[in-house]
Amino acid sequence: MSPDVIKFLFGRFSLESLPLHEPIVMGTFVVVALGGAALVGALTYFRVWGYLWNEWFTSVDHKKIGVMYMILGMIMLLRGFSDAIMMRMQQSMAFGANDGFLPAHHYDQVFTAHGVIMIFFVAMPFVTGLMNFAVPLQIGARDVSFPFLNNFSFWMTAMGAVIVMMSLFVGEFARTGWLAMAPLSGLDQSPDVGVDYYIWALQVAGIGTLLSGINLVCTIVKMRAPGMTMMKMPIFTWTALCTNILIVAAFPVLTAVLALLGLDRYFGTHFFTNTMGGNPMMYVNMIWIWGHPEVYILILPAFGVYSEVTSTFCDKRLFGYTSMVYATVVITILSYLVWLHHFFTMGSGASVNSFFGITTMIISIPTGAKIFNWLFTMYHGRIRFELPMMWTIAFMLTFTVGGMTGVLLAVPPADFVLHNSLFLVAHFHNVIIGGVVFGMFAGINYWFPKAFGFKLDEFWGKMSFWFWVSGYWFAFTPLYVLGLMGVTRRLRHFDDPSLQIWFLIAAFGAALVAIGILSSLIQFYVSFRDRERLRDTTGDPWGGRTLEWATSSPPPAYNFAVTPVIHDLDAWYDMKSRNHRRPTDGYRAILMPRNTPTGLYLAGLSLTFGVGMIWYVWWLAGASLIGVFAVAIHHTFNYDREFHIPADEVTRTEEARTRALAAAGV
Amino acid sequence: MFSCSIFRAHRRPIALLAPAASFLLGGCGMQVLAPSGDVARQQAHILTVSTLLMLVIILPVMALTIFFAWRYRASNDTVEHKPDWDHSTSLELIIWSAPLLIIIMLGAITWISTHTLDPYRRLGRIAPGQPVAAKTAPLEIDVVALDWKWLFIYPEQGIATVNQLALPLNREVRFRITSSSVMNSFYIPALAGQIYAMPGMETKLHAVLNKPGRFEGFSANYSGAGFSGMHFTVDGVDDAGFARWVAHARAGGAKLDLPVYRVLARPSENVKPLRWAAADPKLFDRIVRMCTEPGATCATDMHMGTAGAAGQSMPAPVNDNSRPPAGEPEGALLRSGSEKGTAPRAGSPNDARRSPSQN
Repeated sequence: MSPDVIKFLFGRFSLESLPLHEPIVMGTFVVVALGGAALVGALTYFRVWGYLWNEWFTSVDHKKIGVMYMILGMIMLLRGFSDAIMMRMQQSMAFGANDGFLPAHHYDQVFTAHGVIMIFFVAMPFVTGLMNFAVPLQIGARDVSFPFLNNFSFWMTAMGAVIVMMSLFVGEFARTGWLAMAPLSGLDQSPDVGVDYYIWALQVAGIGTLLSGINLVCTIVKMRAPGMTMMKMPIFTWTALCTNILIVAAFPVLTAVLALLGLDRYFGTHFFTNTMGGNPMMYVNMIWIWGHPEVYILILPAFGVYSEVTSTFCDKRLFGYTSMVYATVVITILSYLVWLHHFFTMGSGASVNSFFGITTMIISIPTGAKIFNWLFTMYHGRIRFELPMMWTIAFMLTFTVGGMTGVLLAVPPADFVLHNSLFLVAHFHNVIIGGVVFGMFAGINYWFPKAFGFKLDEFWGKMSFWFWVSGYWFAFTPLYVLGLMGVTRRLRHFDDPSLQIWFLIAAFGAALVAIGILSSLIQFYVSFRDRERLRDTTGDPWGGRTLEWATSSPPPAYNFAVTPVIHDLDAWYDMKSRNHRRPTDGYRAILMPRNTPTGLYLAGLSLTFGVGMIWYVWWLAGASLIGVFAVAIHHTFNYDREFHIPADEVTRTEEARTRALAAAGV
Repeated sequence: MFSCSIFRAHRRPIALLAPAASFLLGGCGMQVLAPSGDVARQQAHILTVSTLLMLVIILPVMALTIFFAWRYRASNDTVEHKPDWDHSTSLELIIWSAPLLIIIMLGAITWISTHTLDPYRRLGRIAPGQPVAAKTAPLEIDVVALDWKWLFIYPEQGIATVNQLALPLNREVRFRITSSSVMNSFYIPALAGQIYAMPGMETKLHAVLNKPGRFEGFSANYSGAGFSGMHFTVDGVDDAGFARWVAHARAGGAKLDLPVYRVLARPSENVKPLRWAAADPKLFDRIVRMCTEPGATCATDMHMGTAGAAGQSMPAPVNDNSRPPAGEPEGALLRSGSEKGTAPRAGSPNDARRSPSQN
């Protein structure tokens, strides 16, 4: 074949794009390939492909989509954490003559991938997964507003993750840091596929996130059970509403800024270039207008989880529900007024810096109020130290420190000496691990029995808890210290041997976290193995207060056979205390959305479009794009989107639940 | 990088002891909290005061968390359980107003200190109680972040160096800072807080060094493959020492002009210190205006901040060259098939694009 034909067919892909000469990557590839082959083999052997396809991949059930988000987050956590371990190893050994084991081109990809994966493909799927699973149940709805869109959103997020994972073995990932700051991410400085992988992974996943945000806002606004006014909504639903409003308002900015960067790279425009009137500072400015709300997108649902958990495990109404709601709303609004604190050191004037410093500090007031509200929910409570509550207490102790260092970084003169230092790295891990990750584990332990009908094993849960919490403190306290020594982030090599001890302690902390992650994997396995011992037949294993605990565990596809009517905050607690009797007859047929593989097809075509763009295979990109539109238009002609669950099937399901409840003595 | 060990080499064994020991013994220790320049010292002071102020509220909260968790545990039957107690106006007032008071105080500190310590502003004092003499001009130093080393031009002295800086003690210094290609951040923890070095733009930093010694400066913003080696030494010397240092640089003889600069600007890593006896006086402005390539024309209208002004505003980006610089890649979609190239993994044996000269 002539070179031109090869170029046409394969773009800039060649055999050299494969990591054949890199033992670390090849080793990983072999392990992943063998593991993948074993998994595919096992799925085929046990004949579960049909089950997975019909019951999960094409499902529009918000509960199953929620669970798939959580699984995606877990898988990507393993990848993101491997990157963390590699960074910790490199930084703890590369002193003086020792150059460490990662060359710059590899190390720079590792820290970029770590940040991108942990934020976009671990934290975001976890948060979205929990909201997807819990919100419709909490508001007494049968599904989200747009069930098909929900499935499509999930697959877009998953395909974004696939694009990032591809870069590990085919070509390479960006070497720019997790926000791909211009002009380093421009075509001049980063001509290869790395930044293109970055752009298309985030564009594809970003569409999923945006659509999921729209979906959940509509769901919460329009689909609440009768009687549930805004001020009777569970607090987790409130935080979910605020988070999704933030998503809808912030993610288009990310999409736009990456589109402009893409125009620079693909069409040779000059938005962020050094020359021809481009302005790289505008990239920094725009990406943080998305980036700062993003951290509140992650933390608000975690705050919601802590509120539910504290109230449930203290057997008490949440202290200051109204002020909690106002605090959440205030944080939502203020999160748009602080983005400039990410670049105080870029030479803005003192008045501008002070303004954004002070708005940042003001956020700590509603956040502080929230902490106090949890505190006074514990006051005169009857605290049961189940796993979700343990995570909550660990959060309160850890997060306050992270909040304090955050306010410190908001004081511009202090930021001038700490910006980009390891102190900053310690701070945002302090709030993201101590806030978001702890919250996700609290949420997983809290809602797992609702999703699967059995609790998670307590011993391995406690192992996971203690290793995670102690691991966090061992891993990041040294980084605070190093930051105060003036050590900056993203360094691959150090000259001063006296710093090494701190990096060794940090590496030890990372090892503890590794045991923590392993423990939670074992926890899932052991809980599945011992599921009969851990079985919950009541649907309300914790003495819950909100509506999701009113239905069975796992809930039937339709969630509630009879839509509940809400009279008070903590609706299920209210129903229980009024001796509510569950209706046991008079069921009617229920209209439900039908499963469809269209979302998966659309996302798959988006994936091939991204791959075509990344590798300059224009025919593939063009064909995929046409495919996306063709499939989408075709789907609009699909009128068979709903079906009725017949009344007698609902009756059978509900009678089984009646018997289960009677057997459990409820 | 970070060779604090330079000035504590004789105490090397200490570094091997437990971290607590090195903590107490100081040495390299907390550079940020115990710096050698007046600006950094004031910044460290703000940092400490703010932390203490916040601890006023953080410590009670943490203590209460532990105390409540223990006291109201389910197994403790001696305390009353109040399942429906969920509101108290007086408590609400306290929990909103206590953080508010702290933030009002912190906000006041922020407003004042951000203005007094604005890096664009002339210093008010050389050291505590020692104001800057009325008519003394600051020492000018032009700083250029290159891939991956630092170029310093002393316009008054006419000399230029790479990766080494000497500062006369107790004299105000004004840095004008830019970058040749990507964003970096110019940071000498012992001297003063950092400020970004950005291509096509100029930033400023005013600072003063009060204690003699050798310190470290570096880029505090990741800028690519050679970032880890992008550090330089800062020598704090008295006036006589500074004169000797300048004379030493002048003795070298070579001149830094545009052709030399173009070679210098090519990517290189872990660069040893260099010096030139003379530097093209227009060089820095040409770098800021991104017109150092042969045939490039410099934009004529300059909006650079004027020397000595309080300079609250960023100079407008001046990267308005009418033509793209030679060799700039076009957008990928506009290229023909043969221009697509291949994308081998970095580090591939046949990857000739990368591997900047290692000197």
